[in-house]
Amino acid sequence: MSAVFKPEETFRGDFNYSNSPQAVRRFPLPFAEDNYMYSVNIEPHLPGPLGSVTEFAFDVDEHYVAECRERAIVLATEPLRYQAMPHMMSSQWDCLELIMESLAHDYPAHFSLAKQGNRWHWINRPLEIDQHFTFGDTATLPREPLDYITRQAQGDFVVMDQREGDLWCEAGMVTTQADWSLDFDLGMTFKEWHGPVPLAHELQVFDRALKFLLNLRLGQPVRRLNWTMTINPRLDTSPENYPQWGTDRAAVTAQNAGDLVHLRVELQGLWRLPRSNAVVFGIRCYLISLRQLATVPKWARRVHRVLKDLHPALVDYKGLTRYRDAAVQWLAPFDDGSPTTSGTAPE
Amino acid sequence: MNDAQTITVEVIGVEQVTPLIKHFKLAPAAGGSLPVFSGGSHIIVVMQGAGRVHKNPYSLLGSPLALDTYEIGVRRMEESRGGSHFMHDAVEVGSRLEIAHPVNLFGLDKIARKHVLIAGGIGITPFLAQLEDLHGGSVPYELHYSVRSSEHAAFLQRLQRREGERLHVYYDSEGQTIAFETLLATQPLGTHVYVCGPVGMIKHVIATAQSCGWPDSHIHWEQFSAPPVGDAFEVFLARSKLSVHVPPDQSLLESIEAAGVEVPYLCRGGVCGFCHTRVLELDGELVHNDHFLSEADKAKAKSIMPCVSRANCKRLVLDL
Repeated sequence: MSAVFKPEETFRGDFNYSNSPQAVRRFPLPFAEDNYMYSVNIEPHLPGPLGSVTEFAFDVDEHYVAECRERAIVLATEPLRYQAMPHMMSSQWDCLELIMESLAHDYPAHFSLAKQGNRWHWINRPLEIDQHFTFGDTATLPREPLDYITRQAQGDFVVMDQREGDLWCEAGMVTTQADWSLDFDLGMTFKEWHGPVPLAHELQVFDRALKFLLNLRLGQPVRRLNWTMTINPRLDTSPENYPQWGTDRAAVTAQNAGDLVHLRVELQGLWRLPRSNAVVFGIRCYLISLRQLATVPKWARRVHRVLKDLHPALVDYKGLTRYRDAAVQWLAPFDDGSPTTSGTAPE
Repeated sequence: MNDAQTITVEVIGVEQVTPLIKHFKLAPAAGGSLPVFSGGSHIIVVMQGAGRVHKNPYSLLGSPLALDTYEIGVRRMEESRGGSHFMHDAVEVGSRLEIAHPVNLFGLDKIARKHVLIAGGIGITPFLAQLEDLHGGSVPYELHYSVRSSEHAAFLQRLQRREGERLHVYYDSEGQTIAFETLLATQPLGTHVYVCGPVGMIKHVIATAQSCGWPDSHIHWEQFSAPPVGDAFEVFLARSKLSVHVPPDQSLLESIEAAGVEVPYLCRGGVCGFCHTRVLELDGELVHNDHFLSEADKAKAKSIMPCVSRANCKRLVLDL
């Protein structure tokens, strides 16, 4: 979609953030039914409908400029939100190439990439960046390649090295995360990294997901949706900063839940990288307040039902315990009990 | 996964490099560049033979930096079911072939302190591309290349020119053999060993490394099995409700595909496990030829790799 950027938006402090009516309509609702349980809900990352969040490999929307500024704010005080182990350098260049080529191809009005052999010229108009560099030569960029390009992308990125029949979390840029830490997880295997997730291990979700990802093919990326909830439109809900946001949850009431409680949806994409044979995991975060969500009647009914009946272990794991009831109460008036059509489309 | 995204390539070079091995250069028929790949990758080459389709895996042996062409080496197999003979006899400059995107099941370990590469015969091919990555890097490596005789030493000049003292060549014809015990007992901690060649060599390297105390995570090998010929048998595909005849010289996977049923696959050589298929009923025995299932799983006869494995049976029902 041809988004009009909203550079004045903030994800902290005064939380000057909202979705335009167009952005509400394209919000990636993760609930295709009126109830929710884990599944290996992986599908090919093929181009979705015109204007949808999956139209292109990487979705650039109206929050782009503001999200890039938010990332810079986090990194200025916490540089370890970006880390890469030394053996991940070839995968860093792979990521830079993937993101630059995708953005330039899909959003020619905003980005362009010109190549003469290894001499590349990158222009990012929304962020006013004009960079000549030599592909493969780190000294020609102001930062490491993954650091450089993910400062110009929405969402978090983790790069996993593949060896010993496992995927190792060994590089990443993580500033828009739902309460997990790259600094803590760096160096972990796939299952160690996902250790805290309840129920899913028993369901062998990670055995199957790992086996699938080890065989992920070049040129055939996949995606899935995941979700949780966040108080205020706060992108950086990190364990490092828990004291700054953890207490927000105590402020939720049935009266203010519509404005404070946000559905937080992650569009997760996975790509095999060509030079390094690593896998990059993109975690793109979308936020919407219950009040904006409820402007779509079907979604209000569905989210009310999903939250009301959510498995207690998931309520705890997603950190909803303190305010789930308040959110359900706030949504209840929107649910007249009428059936919802299957699928996630607004009507 | 499937062949939905194949690339049409044109053969732009064919060279007989040994009495048994031909070297092919493939360029994208539509022009432009081929996909970037990593050393150790293979491609599946789809060949439209007389009356049947062959799909064989071949390691990419060219430089991952030179993407105007892909290079493969094809050994003429004595007991060929047709694929390698087709490449040798029917493919010439100007021929067109379909290839799938590269897949790497034999990548170099990026945190290894040293790499020891061991090749037998045509097994040299994946190492040729890996050497492009290793050359000029900071991690030490050495290559041990065993061949029948000098006339069978494919790509030797290219190796000698570039690798110098890191290359060790052994000629069977002169009674030279790799001293595996010495080689593997004297490596520094953190070394990874990679072997590609005849099945006997692979088994010997694995056993020797294990007896020297190497952890399994530091032992890497790749061998694409050609699907062996066998007796004809019938298979019933439960979900498709189809009965399929598997002739002696066609693999189970090929027969199922010829019947119009798609099976996800990556390597077609018994390595990756992607075509893993559940056996629902069996009256007889499975002939497992893959390197993926454990001996215990093979004995259970509850699953099969249709790319290389067959059955001696009266009845076989698969979950397809």
